[in-house]
Amino acid sequence: MPFIPNTDAERIEMLKTIGVESVEELFSDIPAHLRVQNLDLPDGVSEMEALAALDALAERNAQTTKMDWFVGAGAYNSYIPSLVPALASRGEFLTAYTPYQPEVSQGTLQAIFEYQSMAAKLLGMPVVNASHYDGATALAEAVLMAWKAKEGRNKILLPADLHPEYAKVVATYLTSFDIELARYEGDPERASLDERTAAIVVAYPGFSGEVYPVEKAAARAHAAGALCIVQADPVMCAIFKSPGEQGADIVTAEGQSLGNPLNFGGPYLGMLGTTEALIRRMPGRIAGETKDKEGRRGFVLTLSTREQHIRREKAVSNICSNQGLSMLQTCIYLAALGKQGLRQVAKQSYDKAHYAAELIGRIPGFRVATKQFFREFLVQTPKPAADIARALAKKGIAPGLVVSRYFPDRPNELLVCVTEMNSRPQIERLAVALKEASK
Amino acid sequence: MRNEPLVYELSRPGRIGCTLPRSDVPEYSLPEGLIRTELDLPELDELTVVRHFTRLSQKNFSIDTEFYPLGSCTMKYNPKANEAAAAHPGWKNLHPLAEPEHAQGALELLWRLQEALQEIGGFAAASLQPAAGAHGEFSGVLMIHAALKDRGELNRRKMLIPDSAHGTNPASCTMAGFVTQTIPSGPDGNIDMAALRAALDDTVAGIMITNPNTLGLFETNIEEICRLVHKAGGYVYGDGANMNALTGVFKPGSSGIDVMHFNLHKTFSTPHGGGGPGAGMIAANEALAPYLPGPVAVRRGESYRLEMPAKSIGQVKAFYGNFGVLVRAYTYILMTGGNGLRRVAENAVLNANYLKALVEGVYPVPYKRHCMHEFVAKGTIVPGIHTLDIAKRLIDYGFHPPTIYFPLIVQEALMIEPTETESKETLDQYADAMLKIAKEASEQPELLHDAPHNAPVARLDEVMAARCPILCYRG
Repeated sequence: MPFIPNTDAERIEMLKTIGVESVEELFSDIPAHLRVQNLDLPDGVSEMEALAALDALAERNAQTTKMDWFVGAGAYNSYIPSLVPALASRGEFLTAYTPYQPEVSQGTLQAIFEYQSMAAKLLGMPVVNASHYDGATALAEAVLMAWKAKEGRNKILLPADLHPEYAKVVATYLTSFDIELARYEGDPERASLDERTAAIVVAYPGFSGEVYPVEKAAARAHAAGALCIVQADPVMCAIFKSPGEQGADIVTAEGQSLGNPLNFGGPYLGMLGTTEALIRRMPGRIAGETKDKEGRRGFVLTLSTREQHIRREKAVSNICSNQGLSMLQTCIYLAALGKQGLRQVAKQSYDKAHYAAELIGRIPGFRVATKQFFREFLVQTPKPAADIARALAKKGIAPGLVVSRYFPDRPNELLVCVTEMNSRPQIERLAVALKEASK
Repeated sequence: MRNEPLVYELSRPGRIGCTLPRSDVPEYSLPEGLIRTELDLPELDELTVVRHFTRLSQKNFSIDTEFYPLGSCTMKYNPKANEAAAAHPGWKNLHPLAEPEHAQGALELLWRLQEALQEIGGFAAASLQPAAGAHGEFSGVLMIHAALKDRGELNRRKMLIPDSAHGTNPASCTMAGFVTQTIPSGPDGNIDMAALRAALDDTVAGIMITNPNTLGLFETNIEEICRLVHKAGGYVYGDGANMNALTGVFKPGSSGIDVMHFNLHKTFSTPHGGGGPGAGMIAANEALAPYLPGPVAVRRGESYRLEMPAKSIGQVKAFYGNFGVLVRAYTYILMTGGNGLRRVAENAVLNANYLKALVEGVYPVPYKRHCMHEFVAKGTIVPGIHTLDIAKRLIDYGFHPPTIYFPLIVQEALMIEPTETESKETLDQYADAMLKIAKEASEQPELLHDAPHNAPVARLDEVMAARCPILCYRG
């Protein structure tokens, strides 16, 4: 087997050094009746055969690049420059462990520090950690963090217009605690806070694409003694005011569209940033700058007294493995796109989405329901959206998320997402096809 | 090695590392009052970005470049075929909300991987949702919480944790609302059975067991432990971090474990990526299977779909798990096969015992038993020399240090896991280095105290980093 170098002759020699007769003897601590000799799985195959089997499976999936793709809803079809996977897949990054030995992990550590720096600027926060599993778990951890920071308060306000999977994940994370999750409709500025409210979550934008300003909601939360958590689209933050400059205490985001492929939902990048005041309550790994004994700059994992390997049951979270490589992809993506590139991605997505909304809004029977949006908007359809999507799929168009997939009581809604990947001809084909399908 | 500037220090106004096609739609104005005026990201050309990250990569030790025997981390070779398989556009460009009929290949892969892992672990059902080992633990203890709730026994709040356990175990319990009680290890390195019996009362929710434990020793009383905990009304959680010792040799489900996570980024060869992403798939017996997090893949006739288990604890992340990692693990299982997985465990255990035999004359090994896939030795070789010094000196010899100061129950611990993918000559060279270092420790201790000597940086001031945190670029 190519992954096991020991030869039979070497095994005999090694057993002799150990002082046993057979490998089976080394397993003697396992009660004999619990030992098995084989598994009910096929024998191993060559790389050539395995890859052929995998390719056959992969080819049965629809690809965003082979269709006119307008589905987003938490996972976005974005361009990934070639240098991103080329650099991130270098074995020195790919096959390194968590940088617990900083002298031989400076590459990973400096990349984390650079990611933290760029992500902090983008979200407008003083500090961002080294990643969570995804945007949904980052939000769930932020809610727990806020609840613990506001002792004695046990109510969290969640927007009704939050990605349904995020709402479910938050609920799962809160299972064992006495925390009331209350939902509010519409503008977060008008949500009702009371002395039991630990935090309000603002979706920036919401699941429907609707963008409400954060500033007044954050100010009202602070006046009520609560924290303001913002779940943001990080690409939107390149051209819209950042959550940080509007007063957010904790910002979470899904960083997938910053350089990570769709991959059927993962691995993605959970981003979490906070204020100076809350740093020591923040979960997750953090890299910090320091010096070696010769005065040279270097980086280490720091503030680890928050973490499980030091504090065990008293840790702020159980998180250990994170999304290191996804974070690295985003780090490289942000460095390559930079100030101008990311703004171009955001502005083109914005312009294309608004162009699409304009065309769709003109089709009789269709109505664009989202008032202020970035790259995603809700469309009310004259026929069940599922029927429209099925008809358009035959033409190679995925017109948007059929909202009834999440909310069966909302059959006539389509959530349309337009990114920098969609061309004007694609958008125009979408509008024509929607019109035809509604007949 | 020279200092590599930060991306912000390399930035020059006006440069760009990637351009987009010219926009082909009209411009629309942004909403007033919400317009961002500045964006402080660096500006670099493409080659500068490439050189920068290539140089950074060269400051890392990695499995591809060095022997990396971190205990309990299973730093085995990550086959390149895994990467080739995962790079297929049919995976990378597959949207998680594509209609199920357009994602049959992906759903079939999820189902096949669930089935394979159930067979390997001896369990009835599996969920691939958890993104990491700790995430699997959290899911598993929430399942126990849900089962206790259904029994009307939420008064059972006590989770037992052996003193050799990973820190994630007690931390996961706290996140699921349990309180933990530490169970000491006995003189043989296994759970102290008398202490366990004494802890088993009607407030016990369960126990979390890592087997082999973090001393690299098999819990020989595993069946009895499960029997006692079940009799007391509790559940047994298995931490599968060390499953590399047992594939094809021992099925944890057959010993009475109720629910367990597997670290696909350890046992099933997916890369650690400098900290992640991992995958912490979780499997359960018939009793707890209905509580698994979802959705999970199911087969109906010839087609595949996603469903929530009957009494699921819910979703623990958006969508269906770290899918790209799952593709790699499945590729590895196909290539290794049922026959190969047993050889993996055999050679992992052989390599660990061989390396132990080579060094235990000099580095004390506190438990005189055959180890499984890893062993714990002590750095107490010469007064004044600490495990940290030995670890840093190993770097000068071109080896990544082992896990150090863990498990907490062994003073000056060096936890060494060679894995099955290392050759005898690598193990011999590593043992030679360990023995040379022991000699240096008595003859030239400053070589150890000042190590590493030829890494990109010398020992870093971690106290300063924590006391006055600099967590992002302040230009």
